[in-house]
Amino acid sequence: MSSSADAAPLPASALASGVAAPDFRLPSTPDQLVSLHEFRGRPVVLVFYPADWSPVCGDQTALYNELLPEFHRYEAELIGISVDGPWCHLAFAQDRKLHFPLLADFEPKGAVARRYGVYRAHDGFCERALFVIDREGIIRWSYVSPVGVNPGADGILAALEDLAPEEKTK
Amino acid sequence: MTRLTLPVTDRDHMQGAAAAPVTLVEYGDYECPHCGRAYPIVEELRTNLGDRLRFVFRNFPLTQVHAHAEMAAEAAEAAGAQGHFWEMHNALFTHQNALDSSHLVQYAGRLRMNAAQLGEALAAHTFRERVREDFMSGVRSGVNGTPTFFINGVRHDGPFDLSSLTEAIDAVAG
Repeated sequence: MSSSADAAPLPASALASGVAAPDFRLPSTPDQLVSLHEFRGRPVVLVFYPADWSPVCGDQTALYNELLPEFHRYEAELIGISVDGPWCHLAFAQDRKLHFPLLADFEPKGAVARRYGVYRAHDGFCERALFVIDREGIIRWSYVSPVGVNPGADGILAALEDLAPEEKTK
Repeated sequence: MTRLTLPVTDRDHMQGAAAAPVTLVEYGDYECPHCGRAYPIVEELRTNLGDRLRFVFRNFPLTQVHAHAEMAAEAAEAAGAQGHFWEMHNALFTHQNALDSSHLVQYAGRLRMNAAQLGEALAAHTFRERVREDFMSGVRSGVNGTPTFFINGVRHDGPFDLSSLTEAIDAVAG
């Protein structure tokens, strides 16, 4: 049963620009699954964060929520991922009125984060890491922020701009 | 080191001496409780530093979290267009629990501005673009929450209590 992707060695650090983004299939709600390849043809911003209710994540998700119209100008989809379960994500998203999907890297715990090289095994949650993936599914920018520091959005917007230089003039 | 991408110019609302050696820029949200806590601290800093400090406020309303933040920001800008930005700024930060449109217009009246004109500007969202411009300049400069301070163009990543800010300013301007 094991595919070649499963057998691939886990990266020791965050996947870098130029690498194909590993595909995954994770719950976005208690009864819905989302796969990365469904977004092929559009840029994807993958936001790994440690936990739903911690104060820094709250600020970070609030900022990205506010910036969705900007991301959509680049036709980009924003996706959050943490090891929290789908019910936890649901409560968090409702509480914060988030308008983007939060995926549950819950079982096996952190499996997707490990494949992106952003799992903190000693903590049991993932790094605060950002990946910008192009329309063909290739990682074009990645960044790992110190866990306690909200990385903001300037790097994401600059990376999206680099993907679509013609957007700059709009 | 994260830097301010939009330099301070005449478009900004400023307090203090133009030639001050230190410029403190705050990106803030009038409905944000943390910004509310920062407000008296900034006032105290201004008193303590006098001519050494120039203070600039830019809007960073998190509208999905704070229902009235956008209107409050537009009201400050509308007041600014009448030459009363800081009076409105003070009123907003001292009435953070009453920022709906009718209160905003009331404050304008109480501050002897043209309240009707301010009400019209709010209804027409005359200053929405300006507020958005502030917001995006913040995003591009690495603002990651409110309040975010920049001291002479460099983001201040530490806490924003009086002694931390004073220390950070002294480090820049000795």
